[in-house]
Amino acid sequence: MSERVAVRKTYKLFIGGKFPRSESGRSYLVQDSNVSLASRKDARDAVVAARAAVQGWAGATAYNRGQILYRVAEMLEGRREQFVALGVPADEVDAATDRWVWYAGWSDKLPQVYGGANPVAGPYFNLSTPEPTGVVAVVAPEAPALLGLVSVIAPAMVTGNTVVVAASPSAPLAAVTLAEVLATSDLPGGVVNILTGHLTETVPTLASHLDVNAIDLTGVTDADLAAELEVGAAQNLKRVLRPAPADHDWFADPGITRMTTLLETKTVWHPKGV
Amino acid sequence: MTATATSARSDLSELGRSEIALRTFLHGLPGVDQVGAEQRAAQLGTRSIKTTAKAQAIDLAIRMVDLTTLEGADTPGKVRALAAKALRPDPADPSCPHVGAVCVYPAMVPYVAEVLRGSGVHLASVATAFPSGQAPLEIKLADTRAAVEAGADEIDMVINRGAFLTGRYGEVYDEIVATKEACRGTDAGRQGRPRAHLKVILETGELATYDNVRRASWLAMLAGADFIKTSTGKVPVAATLPVTLVMLEAVRDFRAATGRQVGVKPAGGIKTTKDAIKYLVMVNETVGVDWLDPDWFRFGASSLLNDLLMQRTKLTTGVYPGPDYFTLD
Amino acid sequence: MFEYAPAPESRSVVDIKPTYGLFIDGRFVDPSDGGSLKSINPASEEVLAEVAEGGPADVDHAVRAARTAYEQVWGPMPGRDRAKYLFRIARIIQERSRELAVLESLDNGKPIKEARDVDLPLVAAHFFYYAGWADKLAYAGFGRPPTSQHSGPDPQPLGVAAQVIPWNFPLLMLAWKIAPALAAGNTVVLKPAETTPLTALLFAEICQQADLPAGVVNIVTGAGETGRALVEHPGVDKVAFTGSTEVGRAIARAVAGTRKKLTLELGGKAANIVFDDAPVDQAVEGIVNGIFFNQGHVCCAGSRLLVQESVADQVLESLKRRMARLRVGDPLDKNTDIGAINSAAQLARIRELSDAGSAEGAQRWSPPCELPERGFWFAPTIFTGVTQAHRIAREEIFGPVLSVLTFRTPAEAVEKANNTPYGLSAGIWTDKGSRILWTADRLRAGVVWANTFNKFDPTSPFGGYKESGYGREGGRHGLEAYLNV
Repeated sequence: MSERVAVRKTYKLFIGGKFPRSESGRSYLVQDSNVSLASRKDARDAVVAARAAVQGWAGATAYNRGQILYRVAEMLEGRREQFVALGVPADEVDAATDRWVWYAGWSDKLPQVYGGANPVAGPYFNLSTPEPTGVVAVVAPEAPALLGLVSVIAPAMVTGNTVVVAASPSAPLAAVTLAEVLATSDLPGGVVNILTGHLTETVPTLASHLDVNAIDLTGVTDADLAAELEVGAAQNLKRVLRPAPADHDWFADPGITRMTTLLETKTVWHPKGV
Repeated sequence: MTATATSARSDLSELGRSEIALRTFLHGLPGVDQVGAEQRAAQLGTRSIKTTAKAQAIDLAIRMVDLTTLEGADTPGKVRALAAKALRPDPADPSCPHVGAVCVYPAMVPYVAEVLRGSGVHLASVATAFPSGQAPLEIKLADTRAAVEAGADEIDMVINRGAFLTGRYGEVYDEIVATKEACRGTDAGRQGRPRAHLKVILETGELATYDNVRRASWLAMLAGADFIKTSTGKVPVAATLPVTLVMLEAVRDFRAATGRQVGVKPAGGIKTTKDAIKYLVMVNETVGVDWLDPDWFRFGASSLLNDLLMQRTKLTTGVYPGPDYFTLD
Repeated sequence: MFEYAPAPESRSVVDIKPTYGLFIDGRFVDPSDGGSLKSINPASEEVLAEVAEGGPADVDHAVRAARTAYEQVWGPMPGRDRAKYLFRIARIIQERSRELAVLESLDNGKPIKEARDVDLPLVAAHFFYYAGWADKLAYAGFGRPPTSQHSGPDPQPLGVAAQVIPWNFPLLMLAWKIAPALAAGNTVVLKPAETTPLTALLFAEICQQADLPAGVVNIVTGAGETGRALVEHPGVDKVAFTGSTEVGRAIARAVAGTRKKLTLELGGKAANIVFDDAPVDQAVEGIVNGIFFNQGHVCCAGSRLLVQESVADQVLESLKRRMARLRVGDPLDKNTDIGAINSAAQLARIRELSDAGSAEGAQRWSPPCELPERGFWFAPTIFTGVTQAHRIAREEIFGPVLSVLTFRTPAEAVEKANNTPYGLSAGIWTDKGSRILWTADRLRAGVVWANTFNKFDPTSPFGGYKESGYGREGGRHGLEAYLNV
């Protein structure tokens, strides 16, 4: 009996809930696969998709967002072996799954932890509430490909932001496979958009894009590039998360700064009277 | 105001015919934000009125005083002395103006009338079962007619707060209309005498909210009030700056809507020159000079007059006098 | 007529020196490589004092003094002791508030009434508020919570903070910057605006009076170049700036690629939305306060009035009547509502944009008002018939100029309100509670005042969305800018 010929997967981009090839028609060979090589235009398309998704995602209830993040964890757990087969260590897959669970719980707690009533000296009701900043561009860390990616996407989106993420250029298969997880988790299209390819091609476009509200430079290892991107981000005063130190422990408790940096605090005043 | 600014000008007189129309109108008035109104009043209170402006304000305030005594213990002798003081508040200074009016109970009107006759000082009488208003309508109207017959040319009536607070606006309206009619006196006495001016006391301290103050102001004006007045002075909360602000806004908007000007009288609790000047500043900056006149703005007060006189003396002589230098009537 | 006689506040309560040095390491020193600037009274163009213009060497001197103080004194000092210094400063400010208010009015041109009743009470309150945080930083809720009671490390300060502040609320902006920085354990080098340095220099004397350790607070006066040298100094760990979006952008570029933590509080073009069921008289007060408070030199000013068409005529009529009551003139007169424009340059900008408004077809209106001959003055002005495309609807004028636009539905109001690169503040006027919450949810602005406007409090976070900057000042949130979290 002859051995069955396997069906290979085409690794494409993830934009607006769909899996398009790069509009440029290009791909690059990495991890023994042809992976889409995203262009500047793809980056711009991803921003359009992310912007379109903001209203619905930010407007969803925190409970609903939490449920969806938890659903992502469920789906990831179910595909554990698939990621292991891609070369992701099992403990990393587990940690990534647990991270989704951790952030899922934050959706309806962060506004309580980070917002609250302010005792102003006057007859006013005064309440501060965190709100998503909007569209966040993210440079995922080179490694660990899956846990690193989840650790930057989840804190950005759990609070209601939408994300355009540039995946690890050297290990993009985990990212594209994660896109399949996201696509089957009731996550609205456009909330997370994943670009594969070279950072120098897509990220400067995202950094200077005026319809992007924040940029997370975590995965940028070249200090000069990071500075250049930050200069680009200054054009519309994007919120900036600077690159992570090389020795960052991705398995450690992430804290809340990653979430809070990508939030706006809105404070509402109203008189108290009869 | 929304409902009144343009189309309603000719219709306002019709409002009183229907309880529903009155209610719809009064509840359609813009709301008053308590904190904002109180802050505006407080801001106006920080104006610094000095030297010539102060002198001008003091004389104006004296002319606006409704010199009042409303005590069970009032006697003819007491009110005659008060009337004499109204005519010549500062016997030592002939340049000191007389007050706007003397305000007493109906039974005291004849004694005051003897003193004031021909002086230009008005004679106000409270009426309509003041201060509670809790008497049958006929008695309240008789009370009014009696005061007019005895010589009062201004009547300070109280509204039926119970009816107002339970939303029976038509009843309040009708009482004011009837009282205004009673301000003509008895049929016999009508010839040759103008109708007494009607001041309608809202008793704002019992109305609880500024929204109610605004509605009660409009209700009184729609029913024909010549003046709207804050208080009887007989409940714990009398005139305040924010209440007066809301009433001033109401008379301003009412004139814009109807063309008819209505006066305002804060009463009770205004004791010092400083207080009085704050009210004048408020009048000046809310409704303007048209109301800066005793015909359109009064203070219902008693002890205020002596403080005005002391401050007046200080400004003219440069020396602070003591209370012993002014009559206690 | 009822004319208010002049009621001038006495300027004799404040003693202005002819010249001022830089306040570095606890002492006033002459600049080593800088020149000097004249600070003038914008109401009279009279020179108030000559003030040092710090050069790069002076900035370096100040940063080094701050570093030493951070490492040797202020950083290691227990929070409870830092708190006591801040409480002390708050008290001295209260005690000397009249002097500070008069000086602020003289140097800035703002009405004494506002300096006295708004700026100074808030300045003292701000120091008082943050003083109390100095020994409670572990409870501020940043980073990981202590694993058990008392065992967690306190959040750490950043080090030396470079702070550059604007001229519109000179002492208040100083308080917003210095109080949280010091409470968190940082030391500071602050550069006041070139046109309003005097209260900062008096504050330096207050630091001396409070026996604040040398080098904890350094005040380096100067203009743009001094600010640039400070922001770009490599010895600085934190940059905080309040001012124009244009300069904010330049600062964001300057700190790119460095370790410096940055917070920016920049421009605005706030919409003040009046619905048809608004409490009209209070709304009109709010509109007036929103745009004419402090001559409109307010980043969160309600400079775009969005009024529902069904009440537009009525609101505008009331607004014009109210504007006719505004008293423009001598800032030191206690009855002045609108003082002087802070500088000739700012006046030129206001004129330029107002002329553009007229040229673009909007209708301009000001109440009759006599402006003094000397000094910088601009009558309170409104433009009606303004559309979203007009420059006066998009650009920050930073003066007593209101652009009036109309809307028909709540959704249209929100759309217009958000149609700006700015996002600092907004106002909502309606008696309907659910409409307030609906609208507030949708406005992209850091501070939303509903049925009120321009209210500030040390406990209440303040700061913008989008190009109005990032980070918050005030409240627990305000500590975050000065902690390593």
